[in-house]
Amino acid sequence: MRTRKTLITLVAGAAVLPLALAGCGGGGSASSGDPDTLTILDYYNNEPDKTLVQDLLDQCAADVDVTIERESVPGKDLIQKVLQRSSSKTLPDVLMLDNPDVQEIAATGGLAPLSDFDVDTSGFAQGILDAATYDGEVYGLAPVVNTLGLFYNVDLFEQAGLEPPTTWDELKSTAKTLTSGDQYGIAFSAIATYEGSWQFLPFMWTNGGDETDLQSPENAEALQLWVDLVGSGSASESVINWSQGDVKDQFVAGKAAMMVNGPWNIPALNETDVNWASVQVPVNKPGQTPVAPLGGEVWTVPQTGDKAKQAKAAEFVECMAGDDIELSAAESRFTVPTRTDLIPEYVEKVPSMEAFAEQVVNARSRTGQLGEEWPEQATVIYNAIQLALTGKATPDEAFEQAAQG
Amino acid sequence: MFLAPAALYILLFFGYPVVKNLVMSFQEYTTKTFFTGEAPWVGLANYLTVVNSGLFWPAMLNTALFTVGSIAGQFVIGLALAVFFRRKFPLSGFLRAMLLLPWLLPLIVASATWRSILDQDSGILNEFLTSVGLSAVPWLNSPDVALIAVILVNIWIGIPFNVTILYGGLQDIPEELYEAASLDGATGWKSFWHITLPNLRPVINVVLVLGVVYTLKVIDIILGLTNGGPANATQTIAIRSYQSSFVDFEFGVGAAFSNILILISLVFAIFYLRGNRKQVDE
Repeated sequence: MRTRKTLITLVAGAAVLPLALAGCGGGGSASSGDPDTLTILDYYNNEPDKTLVQDLLDQCAADVDVTIERESVPGKDLIQKVLQRSSSKTLPDVLMLDNPDVQEIAATGGLAPLSDFDVDTSGFAQGILDAATYDGEVYGLAPVVNTLGLFYNVDLFEQAGLEPPTTWDELKSTAKTLTSGDQYGIAFSAIATYEGSWQFLPFMWTNGGDETDLQSPENAEALQLWVDLVGSGSASESVINWSQGDVKDQFVAGKAAMMVNGPWNIPALNETDVNWASVQVPVNKPGQTPVAPLGGEVWTVPQTGDKAKQAKAAEFVECMAGDDIELSAAESRFTVPTRTDLIPEYVEKVPSMEAFAEQVVNARSRTGQLGEEWPEQATVIYNAIQLALTGKATPDEAFEQAAQG
Repeated sequence: MFLAPAALYILLFFGYPVVKNLVMSFQEYTTKTFFTGEAPWVGLANYLTVVNSGLFWPAMLNTALFTVGSIAGQFVIGLALAVFFRRKFPLSGFLRAMLLLPWLLPLIVASATWRSILDQDSGILNEFLTSVGLSAVPWLNSPDVALIAVILVNIWIGIPFNVTILYGGLQDIPEELYEAASLDGATGWKSFWHITLPNLRPVINVVLVLGVVYTLKVIDIILGLTNGGPANATQTIAIRSYQSSFVDFEFGVGAAFSNILILISLVFAIFYLRGNRKQVDE
């Protein structure tokens, strides 16, 4: 009997342990008391970004004449960290946020508008300013942005004598031609997360679709394109479970001749033998302007209650979006400067980024129209994609059905 | 006096979260609350949102299927293995240690590994199936199959727990009982039904109740394998709770979901306590 009792105690103990550990988490360091030290929170916790961003931060620290204490957390943990810290009144002096989250956090009253500190917000790409604007006030600046484009395998295209597609029809026929054996023509991410919605936006927006009216024929038409690509076998049925990282892996492994993806993959692509190039995402009909979503991070000044320090932090944020930092950040991290007048100079320096740089000028932010309501619609979008790609609904009905979930 | 540390512990790590969770489910608790500290009372609104959401009943059904399927598989295979290991044979200790492997693996690693095994195009499982002349199965891509795939993986993860505890229970059954039974002509299945199962019953209760409570709240495996997709085919109440709280940042709604889950677990816990009491009475 004794063994059984011990066993049960052990099992019960094991059941409790995680709870106890979870209880210990949280906390975190408070804003440092030293007036010349700025605390910084960001999510660049992976190399090479971690070091590259550290260099930029160090430059601005020297520029503004402060010392910095930086903390980097994994991307998925950032918002939770921010919320935790705001309830314990220990927000950092400078906070990096993914651009679709800025309005949500600004709406809570946790951020200081940059106009409080006379920060110049002119000359930036409109899309990224929209993303950082809440109730008419700009809450943050982004040094660089990224967006989506179409990567293609140059060798495969040359062997087949093909040109990169510019329209959806060409995309479909090119993808079909390049599908053979275990190589698919195209790969994209249709996963049931915001990532899937983000990948769908270039098709939806380019076709004139809109997140304020998801059940429009334009959106259904864009969804039909994805259904056709999967239905004809040009794209794997697994796209509904692929993250963008998985899509890149498929492309690198030679299992996809084209992929919809962003320039943050370029460093990884350049480490492989794949001979790649990129173009803008194809449009439905010739003459349409490709509209892609803007990605990228915005540096903000949280309300910490210390006005003098907040002013320093604002100066720091302004420095992070200065010309020099923008150009070096764009070059080292394969992103696009947000000050549009820097773009020609940048493309000259980094020609492989030409397609993405062009795309940024017309790119839109996800929260530009709906603000803090965006996540709800983003959920409907990825659910509609899942319903349509698995045959549970036609593209015409998918958005309506997803909206009920 | 001796109870004080335990009572404090329970209050701190069980009482607080449970009460907080309960309170939260009656509040409009959003991202704003963290800054302003204001969480207006909304009565049962969160529960209404939960019950009226189109995914509630499908998620309830999936939770039931997931739990029953997982427990049935884990238990039957676990018991079979435990009985098997009762015999003495070379390497049995080593093999039992190997069986623990799924338990030692972090769940997120296990789900990532299984995701590549179950991949439709290049997964090793489908490659095996096609090589023996069967057709490939869209394990994680078809809404009709995904739940089964997720249950299979969860069974694999739960087997070590079942084997370990049931094996421990088997050790407590005196060998004499079997010897006596075999003299009466009861061997094989007969001795299993009439000696092993009845004597194992208390341990079986523990395994099943803990298994149910544990399985009800599984999220890592599902998140790692399908993220609740494809087309919401693997949504469970636990996943809905996680997504409401940490994806949509509707903490009140998330709390309501998890309270429903706690309620279901409680029902099982009560069964468990009653079952135990009966044994003491006997």
